[in-house]
Amino acid sequence: MSLSRAKVRKRQRMYVIGAILLAVGGAAALMLTAFEDSVVFFFSPTEITEKSPIDPDQRLRIGGLVVEGSVAKQDDGQTIAFVVTDMAESVPVSYRGILPDLFREGQGIVAEGHMSSEGTFIASEVLAKHDENYMPPEVAESLKKSGYWEEIEAKNAEQMRN
Amino acid sequence: MHRFAKPSVFLKFTAPILPWLSVLTVILIAAGLYFSLIGSPVDYQQGHTVRIMYIHVPAAWMGLFCYVGMAICGAMSLIWKHPLADICARATAPVGATFTALCLITGSLWGEPMWGTWWVWDARLTSMLILLFLYLGYMALVNAFDDPERGSKAGSALALVGAVNVPIVKFSVDWWNTLHQPASIVRMDGPAIDPSMQLPLALMILGFTCYYLVVLILRVRLELNERRIRALHLSGMFDEHSTPAPPTEQSYDAGHNAEAKQ
Repeated sequence: MSLSRAKVRKRQRMYVIGAILLAVGGAAALMLTAFEDSVVFFFSPTEITEKSPIDPDQRLRIGGLVVEGSVAKQDDGQTIAFVVTDMAESVPVSYRGILPDLFREGQGIVAEGHMSSEGTFIASEVLAKHDENYMPPEVAESLKKSGYWEEIEAKNAEQMRN
Repeated sequence: MHRFAKPSVFLKFTAPILPWLSVLTVILIAAGLYFSLIGSPVDYQQGHTVRIMYIHVPAAWMGLFCYVGMAICGAMSLIWKHPLADICARATAPVGATFTALCLITGSLWGEPMWGTWWVWDARLTSMLILLFLYLGYMALVNAFDDPERGSKAGSALALVGAVNVPIVKFSVDWWNTLHQPASIVRMDGPAIDPSMQLPLALMILGFTCYYLVVLILRVRLELNERRIRALHLSGMFDEHSTPAPPTEQSYDAGHNAEAKQ
């Protein structure tokens, strides 16, 4: 069966569009992979440790969970020091300023700033990272009682490592 | 399929659906709003701020859904030259753009109290902003030509190329570190949202989708009628001293599938 000319043209257009889409998709994928360091919003403590020593002039963001019991006010009464972790590596952070409401121990945070030469991250801005779990307080309470909570926290840490 | 893409068939099929769909939209959104604002619990961490999600997530879903619809219509308009596909794509763009803008605005309102910032340039937020620009670019492009045919060709090409952005929006939170949280609903381990919060979310998503379909039908109808009036004007029907011929169903389909008849 021979196709009419109109049908052949339609088929050709379909192939051309498919080819263009593939090419554009491939180009986008290559570009995003090449610029991955700029596309990621923050580095995990593991990545920071791998990259160190980091130039103190380089501004970057670090993301991780605030280690339980690590939050302490410095003697000047304004600077807050805490440790962020991805359960593999930990980096101490020092910050002077207003913390977001969600900031607490065990919470995921993203801090922007630079690494000091002593290996402390000097943050100029701290943002809270919310996880994907939504639940009423009673459910959260019962999860904590049943011990399922640790599983969620472990998963959050894993996501930070990503 | 070509048979169903005729404007007259579209009008005949959608006329009885429209009133039902409108009623359904009102019921779904009314129930959705009740459950989002009153009939659902607060979040253990976010408190009442969680209620922003019931607008934000459906708006984000619609922004992506409308874009996929627009890109498919664009492809059909380029390949098969269906006038109806082109009309649907043009009718979808402003609706999708509005939903995307709504998603960005509500997200910003949520981000300020929760993250501590209105806006960050992370992969999810940036790709969503690009989605909004793609909509705006499409709308500007299709109207930038004197010849609407050329406008829709350029617009369809843009919509198709921009479709690359859709998976980037969806998977940005999995591929890269972002401030935005990962997916809560469509994910491997099932939804991470408590069932009491899933109900208002589902109602709102369905309500928004039905709303879009209602607006789409109305806008396509409007465009078809406008084209018909233009065609009648050109045929001299509104000239003085002429005997008006009764409008026929045929006039909706005039010029339709012209290429197929060649």
